[in-house]
Amino acid sequence: MHRERRKVLVVLFILFAGLAVGCAISMVAQRNPLYGAISLIGVFISLACLYVTLAAPFIAAVQVIIYAGAIMVLVVFVIMLLNVEEEERRPMRMRSLIPIAVGLAAILFAEAAFIIFFVQASPATPTRNISDVGLTSSIGAGLFTHYLLPFEITSILLLMAIVGAMTLARRGGLLPAGAGDRGSSRTVKEDAEKSL
Amino acid sequence: MTPQLSWYLALSAVLFTIGVVGVMIKRNVISMFMCIELMLNAVNLTFVAFSSYFRDVSGQLFVFIVMTVAAAEASVGLGIIITIFRNRESLDVDDASVLKL
Repeated sequence: MHRERRKVLVVLFILFAGLAVGCAISMVAQRNPLYGAISLIGVFISLACLYVTLAAPFIAAVQVIIYAGAIMVLVVFVIMLLNVEEEERRPMRMRSLIPIAVGLAAILFAEAAFIIFFVQASPATPTRNISDVGLTSSIGAGLFTHYLLPFEITSILLLMAIVGAMTLARRGGLLPAGAGDRGSSRTVKEDAEKSL
Repeated sequence: MTPQLSWYLALSAVLFTIGVVGVMIKRNVISMFMCIELMLNAVNLTFVAFSSYFRDVSGQLFVFIVMTVAAAEASVGLGIIITIFRNRESLDVDDASVLKL
């Protein structure tokens, strides 16, 4: 029974890790940003599934709601609003750097392989039995007791983000009243010159 | 055999590297923005893995706050992208390499 459960966890990890890496590579390889956004949603969903296998259901739900829901919808809206076209292929610059890049990547992989195969410091026992760390109640308790100040600072940050986004995306430009007035008066003047 | 902590860390490193490569090779601002989101998610995976394996809730609180910051970053960043597009009629970063409108 326990053995079966472990096997299922391994299979789930391999499945969702493969899905995440595949979607990430597809996102980088896509030339159309809209397809890239869809692939990124795939990465987010598979990461949420991995969070569930890590016994963090609240974070998994928030991942789906905020990342795959709110943020990516915003990104897709902007892509469609701006009517982004596909990136065109361009000639590669600095072709001589490719051998150096290959060499450095080989060194990096060698280091990673060394760490994976020769450093055997196993951490604490994995939480495979019932744990209440990831539940909403424990996260809420931590958020409102020990981490109350970061929580409040986060709310101020969100307020600043609202104001900043409204200021940036307004049609009149960055400056509040003067810039828009000047622009309109100039067009009026140009119209007058044209009519003359 | 159960999933080890190092597996999750390796997956996170791979995702982070893909994000870095994307930021370096992409020229579209929105694609670069999405690669930054991917890097944030890779770090989140590290936090959640450590939090789960050490049975400490702090890592998941960090993830919560990182998600809030990512939401704020998304709203302001997309506002900046819209402003750049209005001023330059292009989303190519090479066209917007001067910090002047």
